[in-house]
Amino acid sequence: MDNTFKDKAIVCKSLTKQFGDFKAVDQITFDVEQGEIFGFLGANGAGKTTAMRILCGLSHPTSGEATVAGYNVYKEAEKIKANIGYMSQKFSLYENLTVYENIEFYGGVYGLSRPEIKQRSEAMLNRLGLAAEAKKMVGELPLGWKQKLAFSVAVLHRPKIVFLDEPTGGVDPITRRQFWDLIYEAAADGITVFVTTHYMDEAEYCKRISVMVDGRVEALDSPGNLKKQFNTDSMDEVFLQLARRAKRS
Amino acid sequence: MSDVVLQNIVKTYNNGHVKAVNDVSFSVEHGELFGLIGPDGAGKTSIFRMLTTLLPPDSGVASVMGFDITKDYWEIRQRVGYMPGKFSLYQDLTVEENLTFFATVFKTTIQENYDLIKDIYEQIKPFSKRPAGKLSGGMKQKLALCCALIHKPEVLFLDEPTTGVDVVSRKEFWEMLKRLKAQGITILVSTPYMDEASMCDRIALIQKGNIMSIDTPQNIIDSFPFQLYATKAKNIYRLLTDFRSDNAVNSCYAFGEFLHLTLHDEQRGESVIQELVAKYKPEDFEIKRIAPTIEDSFIRLMKENETVGEAHG
Repeated sequence: MDNTFKDKAIVCKSLTKQFGDFKAVDQITFDVEQGEIFGFLGANGAGKTTAMRILCGLSHPTSGEATVAGYNVYKEAEKIKANIGYMSQKFSLYENLTVYENIEFYGGVYGLSRPEIKQRSEAMLNRLGLAAEAKKMVGELPLGWKQKLAFSVAVLHRPKIVFLDEPTGGVDPITRRQFWDLIYEAAADGITVFVTTHYMDEAEYCKRISVMVDGRVEALDSPGNLKKQFNTDSMDEVFLQLARRAKRS
Repeated sequence: MSDVVLQNIVKTYNNGHVKAVNDVSFSVEHGELFGLIGPDGAGKTSIFRMLTTLLPPDSGVASVMGFDITKDYWEIRQRVGYMPGKFSLYQDLTVEENLTFFATVFKTTIQENYDLIKDIYEQIKPFSKRPAGKLSGGMKQKLALCCALIHKPEVLFLDEPTTGVDVVSRKEFWEMLKRLKAQGITILVSTPYMDEASMCDRIALIQKGNIMSIDTPQNIIDSFPFQLYATKAKNIYRLLTDFRSDNAVNSCYAFGEFLHLTLHDEQRGESVIQELVAKYKPEDFEIKRIAPTIEDSFIRLMKENETVGEAHG
């Protein structure tokens, strides 16, 4: 791979994943800058989850090239896992551990020392306004707090990239916006954010977005440019025009 | 009498520790498309489960087609269709087998009420031999709707039918609901997507078990008490933090490519904005007056309720 790949957070070149005759991901090519908030959109079944699993080091591509945080997805999956954070809509913390125990557990898994865990968790809980809840079971927290906590835990080890899979599904409109404040803060700290969402207003919060249709990346640009390209002032419309091209179900 | 009536319905869990539905009253008229709009944990599913007689309320009374939800549950079950939020068909039965099963349970046949589901079923018919578990999200949703309709219900309960579904399928689904409404079926539907509210005749905005407002979408929008502005600048995140920290600003939050802004001193609106610009000097600054959306109304009502809660608590 050439040297221009080194300063990119993610690089994909003709990345393909095939299950039998079915090309779930079909020759996708794109890259993500360091510190960028990158929206990864697509209709249900377009191949987003498969692509994301490859980029997280959980699945091998059939062909093509990809590096994540500078590591090769074929040979260095373990290094990728250590350098990324991941959070999904399906809640990923342990409900019957306390807030602090969850932080301790994930901190430990990612190799942080005890003093590091203690210091970072204090700062994080103060920022989230959750200091008084540290000894509460996570299962007792309202959904919005759980999501914010899950995000903060996902970036506790200061990964180079954080992958967010529909992080705000079902969350109320105020909490949804607080969640995006956290995303902006993380990006300002230099963490690259790779996010999927079904809320088109959230697509506007991304620096650039890609739209997948039938396994391919059919559009990739800033929200403003995409709206210009599709001659509309709404992201909804951009998405509709692209997704209607889909042939497979 | 209204098709669906709730009076002071209360539902708690964990011996009263969790108040899921807090003294909720509303009614749905015959042939109405009524939306319950709110996030997860608002109490939408508890309300649906009580109205479909699957869960008894702690207190309060409710009826569907004039039948009491606790005493006349058998009558209600024959007359309603229910599509739960979680996909609940038999994953290992085919599309056709699922539909036949539900028709048989309600002592009818697919042929008898085929007119009602024709539009929707034709879209999944090419996959009629496929196991339901192997369908895509949008297809599952269409099959579930067919199964909820096959006995020609008088009232249809749809619990978050569009959650997790992409924009295209969501749009198609609402078009199907409009056609069903035109056939005289009363529909109660819930959704966390605020932009779907405008598709309903009337909506209830619900949060933490409390109904914050019930009206037509237009009336809810018209009752927004402030002038709302949409604004943006080159560095939008900085504009947000600057405006939010300023005492002249009542509220400021991100909304798509813009920030939505209201001011404390509405009379001096234009000059307050000039003062803000002079103070923070945002680059490429744009601002315009806009009409609020349902989501703006929801945010305002949530904040109002929180302030009231704090004052009392």
